[in-house]
Amino acid sequence: MMGNTPQGGIENIVADTALSIQDLTVRFHLKRGILTAVDHISFDIARGETFGLVGESGSGKTVTARAIMRLLPTPPAEIASGRVVLDDQSVYDLSSEELRAIRGRKIAMVFQEPMSALNPVFTVGAQMTDVLRTNLKMSRAEARERAVELLQLVGIPSAGSRLGSYVHEFSGGMRQRVMLAMALSCNPGFLIADEPTTALDVTIQATILELIDSMIHRLGMSLLFITHNLGVVAHSCDRIGVMYASHLVETGTTRAIFANPQHPYTVGLLESIPRLADQKRYLTPIPGTVCNMLEPPQGCKFHPRCPHAMDVCREQAPPLREVAPGHLAACHLHAMATV
Amino acid sequence: MTTPLLEVENLTKYFTLNDDIVSRIAGKSRTLKAVDDISFSINAGETLGLVGESGCGKSTTGRLITRLIEPTSGAIRIGGEDLLAFDRPRMMAARKQMQLVFQDPYSSLNPRKTIMQILGRPLEIHEPATSWRDRRERVLELLNLVGLGREHIDRYPHEFSGGQRQRIAIARALAVNPALVIGDEPVSALDVSVQAQILNLFRELQERLQLTYLFIAHDLSVIRHISDRVAVMYVGKIVETGPVSDIFAAPLHPYTRALMAAVPEADPDMPAPKLMLQGEVATPIDPPPGCRLCRRCPIATPNCETDPPPLREVAPAHFVACHNL
Repeated sequence: MMGNTPQGGIENIVADTALSIQDLTVRFHLKRGILTAVDHISFDIARGETFGLVGESGSGKTVTARAIMRLLPTPPAEIASGRVVLDDQSVYDLSSEELRAIRGRKIAMVFQEPMSALNPVFTVGAQMTDVLRTNLKMSRAEARERAVELLQLVGIPSAGSRLGSYVHEFSGGMRQRVMLAMALSCNPGFLIADEPTTALDVTIQATILELIDSMIHRLGMSLLFITHNLGVVAHSCDRIGVMYASHLVETGTTRAIFANPQHPYTVGLLESIPRLADQKRYLTPIPGTVCNMLEPPQGCKFHPRCPHAMDVCREQAPPLREVAPGHLAACHLHAMATV
Repeated sequence: MTTPLLEVENLTKYFTLNDDIVSRIAGKSRTLKAVDDISFSINAGETLGLVGESGCGKSTTGRLITRLIEPTSGAIRIGGEDLLAFDRPRMMAARKQMQLVFQDPYSSLNPRKTIMQILGRPLEIHEPATSWRDRRERVLELLNLVGLGREHIDRYPHEFSGGQRQRIAIARALAVNPALVIGDEPVSALDVSVQAQILNLFRELQERLQLTYLFIAHDLSVIRHISDRVAVMYVGKIVETGPVSDIFAAPLHPYTRALMAAVPEADPDMPAPKLMLQGEVATPIDPPPGCRLCRRCPIATPNCETDPPPLREVAPAHFVACHNL
């Protein structure tokens, strides 16, 4: 990333950051106790960059996304520490008007379930023009024209006549296109896609991924892509962050993470996927199961499943350390190597 | 030649939509051809992977074989015997030979029953003569078989993780010593690290107990991993079937090829997923008479619209349903 800034000054790097998550901690106050869903995580996404956040269910990916958008209901959620900085604005210092001005126009989100994220009782056209008229103060006719344009942009055939359709009249893939069109409607510079293809079949997934990719490049947006599917991030992201049990355990370029994973969890995850190419009789799973997040283990959360666990892992949580330029991992094995 | 354990011949299931009297008089009834004239067989000890996208009829096929729903026509033979001719008691006995494992281990286990009750139930039904003590002994054996401990026997499903619940569901299927296990997306709800554990368990159990599997899944890499032979379904039809290595090394049907090209491999150096088909999956409601893929197919010719392509053998045991190959 340093190489991309001609002057190389620190200001340039900061100015080039679209989104910065700094030491973010999110807790949920539940009847059964306090659940730390996101635990002191930090990462930056540069302008124009696509960043994939991967992890298994319950690892904290979606909570991170919602925390960025300030969509978490407080209580039960609590931002226990940290900041979210979007285009030099601290999201949690904004008033509710300022927040409304940002949502949609600077940052927008695409959800996994278009059926529940879109309103079933209004036509697609009504929902789209509503956004455009409120946010961009467009007239009815302008909004309609723009909505048609957006639906065409995301590849919906006979867009003009589909404005009068309801969400249930679209197929799964088409719904996701509608959702993307709505997210793009106010030209946000930043898009969060939370498992946008998980509910779709592979052939439809391929079309949606291609569409997101072309939109991002055409409109020069930055993207936070949340998924559990390592195959999807391998082809659609510049950099990757791996989450395990509320911690960010590794970040680096996509190539580095796949070619040279440094955290034992990432290594285990990559080894446990069945692959089309090579044929082994038995897979190499990660032993055990994810810890109970209400009573997480001391130290590194991964130690009960880790083949390399040492005494220090049971006591202290390892911080993220740079193991190679731009490649960070949170593992005590690397502390041993560098000391 | 030995008889295959399971033979399915011209199996068909049509559902009638708008089947009320008004629609029927108005001629508005429509037919959803969920499974349309499919045939395959599975030899003892073999795994057949049935793969396809949502709505292609793969789950319906699993349910038809166990007669959880009745087929419209066709034949199902297990060990050479015609399943559809069986009366209720004989069907009950036949179910002992074939057991299902479902996708969602959260809804397939009764939350009010302990593991002993869940795993003991198939034994109560199929082997009513066994004493409680023997049943408990057998349940402990089953738990051990699927990698769970003795201490788990009196717990309830909510005390287990998704992967452990799927182990329980597998143990329940194995309780009556079936010959055939039908897995309907049995690993789709699991995270990859746990999915690998369960796939290994399926394989290990097959080797230990000489099980035969019909493994239904949408995930091609899972199908590739677990199957000996593969059948690819598209809108109610089998479009290609053959040995797993042939199908994956040289897929022939345009749909199989498109399906494989769309899979994103977890390796940035592999080719990115490609789109080979235009448009969306065809509807199984009143489909055109010809090939179901004809409107999306890059190599379609006019006769594809009108003539259904039969499955032809293009290499030993490798069948493809396409006019233009």
